[in-house]
Amino acid sequence: MMESLLSYFLVSSILFGIGVYGVIAKRNAIRILFAVEIIINAANLNFVAFSRFPPSPNILGQTFALFSIALAAAEAAVGLAIILVAFRAHDTVDVSQLKKLRG
Amino acid sequence: MVDVIFLILSVSAVAASVIALQARELIYGAVALGVALLATAGLFVLLDAPFVAMFQVTVYIGAVVVLILFTIMLVKREQWIGGSYEGINPCLSVIGGIMVVAGLMYAGWASGLVTINASEEFGITFLQIGRDMMSGYAPALILAAITLAAALIGALTMAKVEKEG
Repeated sequence: MMESLLSYFLVSSILFGIGVYGVIAKRNAIRILFAVEIIINAANLNFVAFSRFPPSPNILGQTFALFSIALAAAEAAVGLAIILVAFRAHDTVDVSQLKKLRG
Repeated sequence: MVDVIFLILSVSAVAASVIALQARELIYGAVALGVALLATAGLFVLLDAPFVAMFQVTVYIGAVVVLILFTIMLVKREQWIGGSYEGINPCLSVIGGIMVVAGLMYAGWASGLVTINASEEFGITFLQIGRDMMSGYAPALILAAITLAAALIGALTMAKVEKEG
């Protein structure tokens, strides 16, 4: 019963909704990065789940998920570096106070 | 049995994601994010994708969460507390999130996902991933590698402390 595509889709859309809530509601830049990671995670879950189930189980989804995870790591590294630089320049990580990213 | 494992993993993934965003201390949030990613890795194992699960654990929990923890340590402690850090009306953003979930669920229901069940064996091993990446997706693999290298060099250059004078 649980082993259906719908249950995985349900989990992944709930994770996506939580991520969207975080991106909208939070002001702390690091928290927004958490939310983006959760959204990417939900997308990866969908990639793998949709490639596992009929009509055509194949390996493509897993390959895409691997690329997606690697690029998410790059995104996190750059995002955290930007947050650090912004914190040094403005002494805050509140995105509503970071009006400009110029040092 | 698989049902129980699936339930535990999905509930812990969702709960840990909520904690990651709502925990008062940012550092607990980072740990909760790690738990959520670990639970998703468990879901990948249930989906017969052990290689993706392993990759998720090494890259996300081994690298990204550790990177986040280091950044939190470099940012001042007053900045960790999330209490006064709510953006626009939290109710509105909860409604926004629920609407996104509802829209996705409607799309899933309308496209007949309910009828799809896992019955057959998944006879593909992760050796196929290696073959795909080395043959059809070789350009994408090289591009991803260059992107990673460029992103890491860029991040290092940005985060470097410049000496005064």
